[in-house]
Amino acid sequence: MPGRTLAIAVLFGAAALAGCGEKPQVLDAKAKTPDAEPWAASASNPYYASGWKGGDKAAWEAQIRTRNQGQNDYAR
Amino acid sequence: MARMKFICDAERCIECNGCVTACKAENNVPWGVNRRRVVTLNDGVAGEKSISVACMHCSDAPCMAVCPVDCFYRTDEGVVLHDKDVCIGCGYCSYACPFGAPQFPTNGEFGLRGKMDKCTFCAGGPEANGSDAENAKYGRNRLSEGKLPACAEMCSTKALLGGDGDVVADIFRTRVLNRGKGSEVWGWGTAYGKPVQTSMAAPAEVKK
Repeated sequence: MPGRTLAIAVLFGAAALAGCGEKPQVLDAKAKTPDAEPWAASASNPYYASGWKGGDKAAWEAQIRTRNQGQNDYAR
Repeated sequence: MARMKFICDAERCIECNGCVTACKAENNVPWGVNRRRVVTLNDGVAGEKSISVACMHCSDAPCMAVCPVDCFYRTDEGVVLHDKDVCIGCGYCSYACPFGAPQFPTNGEFGLRGKMDKCTFCAGGPEANGSDAENAKYGRNRLSEGKLPACAEMCSTKALLGGDGDVVADIFRTRVLNRGKGSEVWGWGTAYGKPVQTSMAAPAEVKK
């Protein structure tokens, strides 16, 4: 009988102490959503710059260079 | 890969606030938040100068350093963005930023979620490029459309330049040279002062 009481007490104590446990608080590196590359093609984007389609890195960089020089009034 | 930067030519800015309006319209930024704003020095005095200010997409961004939940990230193009799903809206980045770029909206589309809001260089956020979810949280993703930020591309006097840092710096340098100026308005000496000119007389010959 004392053995049974002791076992119940141990179980009860273990259950009570479980509430004192601490969850890990380390930031999960995967919490941030990985961003897509800007030249990645999207399903349906009607706003692509004319003459350029998504999915081509070299074409995207050329497009950005052209746009950059569009701001240079000494090069017009 | 390009390192995206903004630069504003104070000699050309006429304080029209067109960049501010373009940004708000393009990204659906609510009242009370200005991702971009025009600051005028000596307002009302002859010779006043204006400059358009937003997130400068720092290479060593203090907002990234202080964020307790590490929600900021830098794209391969050097654009500093943040993930609003991770952001807790604590406002530390707002205090850390020397330009006041991250702002804490209190109402409207962004504010309802209690997240910080900042200029995205019109590059959206981590959601799929051009998606409705991205547009609702961050605004337009013009970079993925092969375009540059709306504020810079629509600037009527071309005062605000945005794009590859090397290219916009070259454009600005050309302007400075065409104004008959040189390193006194552009370069190391402007930022850190000119070196002290010391007499460089030839050393006396040692008599033997």
